Amino acid sequence: MAETLLELAGISKTYPGVKALDDVSLRVYRGEVLGLIGENGAGKSTLMRVLGGVIAPSDGVIRIGGKDHAQMTVSGATQAGIAFVHQELNLFENLDVAANVFIGREKRTGGPLKLVDDAEMRARVTPLLERLGADFKPDTLIENLSIAERQMVEIAKALSIDARVIIMDEPTSSLTISETERLLEVIADLTAHGISVIYISHRLGEIMTCADRVVVLRDGRTVGELARDELSHVAMIRLMIGRDLKELYTPPKRSPQPGGCDIVGLVTSAFPDRQINLSVRRGEILGLAGLVGAGRTSLARAAFGIDPLLGGEIRIDNAPVGVASPRDAIRQGIYLVPEDRKKSGLVLELPIRENVTLASLLNYARMWLVNGAAEHKVAKEQARSLSIKAPSIDMEAVTLSGGNQQKVVLGKWLSMQPRVMFFDEPTRGIDVGAKSEIYALMRKLADQGVAIVMISSDMEEVIGVSDRVAVMHEGSVSGVLEREQFSEYNVLRLAIGQAPETVEAAAP
Amino acid sequence: MMKKELGLCLLLAVISAITGAINPAFLSFVNLLNMANLIGLFGVFALGEGLVIITGGIDLSLGSMFALLGVVFVDLLTTYQIYWPFALVLVLLGGLALGGVQGFLITRLKMQPFIVTLCGLLIYRGAARYYTSDSTRGFGYGDEASTLSNIASGNIAGIPNTFIFLIILALILGVLLHRSVYGRWLYAVGKNEEAARFSGISTNIVIATAYIISGGLAGVSTVLFVFYTNSVSPSSFGNFYELYAIAAAVLGGCSLRGGEGSILGVVLGTALLQVLQNLVNILGIPNSLNFAVMGTVILVGVLADQQLQARRRRKVALAGLARTAPKSTFAQEKQGASGGAAALPARTGDQA
Repeated sequence: MAETLLELAGISKTYPGVKALDDVSLRVYRGEVLGLIGENGAGKSTLMRVLGGVIAPSDGVIRIGGKDHAQMTVSGATQAGIAFVHQELNLFENLDVAANVFIGREKRTGGPLKLVDDAEMRARVTPLLERLGADFKPDTLIENLSIAERQMVEIAKALSIDARVIIMDEPTSSLTISETERLLEVIADLTAHGISVIYISHRLGEIMTCADRVVVLRDGRTVGELARDELSHVAMIRLMIGRDLKELYTPPKRSPQPGGCDIVGLVTSAFPDRQINLSVRRGEILGLAGLVGAGRTSLARAAFGIDPLLGGEIRIDNAPVGVASPRDAIRQGIYLVPEDRKKSGLVLELPIRENVTLASLLNYARMWLVNGAAEHKVAKEQARSLSIKAPSIDMEAVTLSGGNQQKVVLGKWLSMQPRVMFFDEPTRGIDVGAKSEIYALMRKLADQGVAIVMISSDMEEVIGVSDRVAVMHEGSVSGVLEREQFSEYNVLRLAIGQAPETVEAAAP
Repeated sequence: MMKKELGLCLLLAVISAITGAINPAFLSFVNLLNMANLIGLFGVFALGEGLVIITGGIDLSLGSMFALLGVVFVDLLTTYQIYWPFALVLVLLGGLALGGVQGFLITRLKMQPFIVTLCGLLIYRGAARYYTSDSTRGFGYGDEASTLSNIASGNIAGIPNTFIFLIILALILGVLLHRSVYGRWLYAVGKNEEAARFSGISTNIVIATAYIISGGLAGVSTVLFVFYTNSVSPSSFGNFYELYAIAAAVLGGCSLRGGEGSILGVVLGTALLQVLQNLVNILGIPNSLNFAVMGTVILVGVLADQQLQARRRRKVALAGLARTAPKSTFAQEKQGASGGAAALPARTGDQA
């Protein structure tokens, strides 16, 4: 086996009353991709924070380059060549690429004046960007970059400190399919140059593609290690949740019924010169795939009344409905589970109860005064039927895990009468167990006759959950695939505007 | 939620007790009634400021609004000899209208509350001074509005009417804020406007309404102040009063980030400010130190509150860890879920 770059031996981290990490050991070899998986709360992030020197372990040894450390410091970790590419990118949007790469380590010039040497920093960043195949310049402002490009900046930052181990935490959660592939290429290039990558992801497909070895954490312990040839979805899921997952996707109980939602000639402000035509029947889950920026979220926002409709109309059961505002949309039974649940889906500091009734409070009020008992009852019902895991419905939503937060957003809508529901990236950042629950809930809703549009960039999810898949390309629907035509290849071809093989594209 | 108000009550009681012990005149009937009157005067518009701050905004224009509405009000009664109920209604409508304009600029034209109300502060003051050519307006020796004057500055069984007005308005707004759908929306909008909008709440209307209520209460305060001072000098009437309101709201637990605060808190904050001012007089502290004492108490109060909140957040974070980490506690918690007791070990663990 190759040389060991890094070893964590017997790491434990105890908080009062809780063992967040319990005797975790792992090694990273030179030039490998180590997949690190586990459900939320399994201890992945805590372990990586120990490695990065953000928190000190209660017990155990961190061995880097043959030297033992009882704990790391942030600067020590950086010096030892450990770099992070964060899930929520830590970049300054108002600064340029070079300034971000050298943030906190700015090159100086002008002798005692210690002025910032922009020219020097830019000159140093240029070769790094070239190496990553990035097509932006060192003096580009971060705010002008896409999420994928920002990630490249983070990686360039890692390279600039001569990182030997780069930790990537959910790096693809906001990337499109092609951007993900690009990232995986970059990772392959990094490992070819002897850099190791610790790759944390919920997307097992990506782990299968890129990991040389996988370590699985559960409840703060290492529960297994899989070599490259032992990798399979079933094996990984079994280790992560400690049992076999019966079925990630729930099959439909009944076939779609007539009626539903027709989007006819819709024009959104994001693509004023394109029209969108789309139908989703009652009882059907329509997957909506495409590259980020293809207009999927704009479509959902327009249909929900957030953004103005520049043209076209929305019909439910063949009757046109007006959606000038979210209030109108909600009145018509059109609901949106937004992409960013913390920003748009929930008021994090309010209790679960108030979040569940936020959109329907007038139903539990007389003369504008809230009927506390009725409100409590509804919230309680939703918490039970969605099995929201919380000690009480008066807990603030911020204390919940991602999956449970998403369930609270769902509870808000399910306490009313949904007819058409848009789910925008419903399982982003949610662990496998909670994912299958969300899928089951979506399917249950469909079986009750709700028309569902699911926007997703997770290819497995699109193909696994949907009854049909519509693909968007540059602001309009480039094609619709029936179940027998489902394949990553076909979705990708439509996403970049080409016709799928074996099928003719639906008329746009 | 109530902890903050309880703490304020306690602070108020302790300060009063100490001051009373040093100088019993503080607790004399006359002094208490005098303070009640001032608390009433300053509390009414602080309530409106509190609502605006809960939306995440701020209203800097109140003091100047008093001056403008005040000179108009006196003029209506004296120069134009308008029957007082009409003058009263016109002034209240004027307050609502000014609040409405500010609310419109802030919500529909997306201007920042600080800027809109700062410009309001400058414009209303200037308008008041121009309108009167900078001369003081007052009531003559006639009894233009003796009925209204008696209502505004009189008392019932010794209790100043201003204080009674404050209690009535606080009760109404307390129900509005803490029991009504509008109140819930106001907090949601203050905490996370986008999520509120995504839940079908007309956030613009909710926010604008807060400014309109604040303007209306400014109209009420104008009338109360006019009859308290009996004259309006346009360049100084109500100067800095908006800062008293902001101080009272912040002291009472409102966060300038929005989404936090209560009516009781604002009332207690106002009371505390007036007690402090009174204490400076009673204890013979040089009057020039008045503002410094106030500033220090607010600074210390807000600092203490933040420290307590940070401690609470740490506890919540630990509870969150306890919830997600080991399966053993996890199972326990599921069973205890309905009771809400959820024997979280972390609860007892804040010695760390």
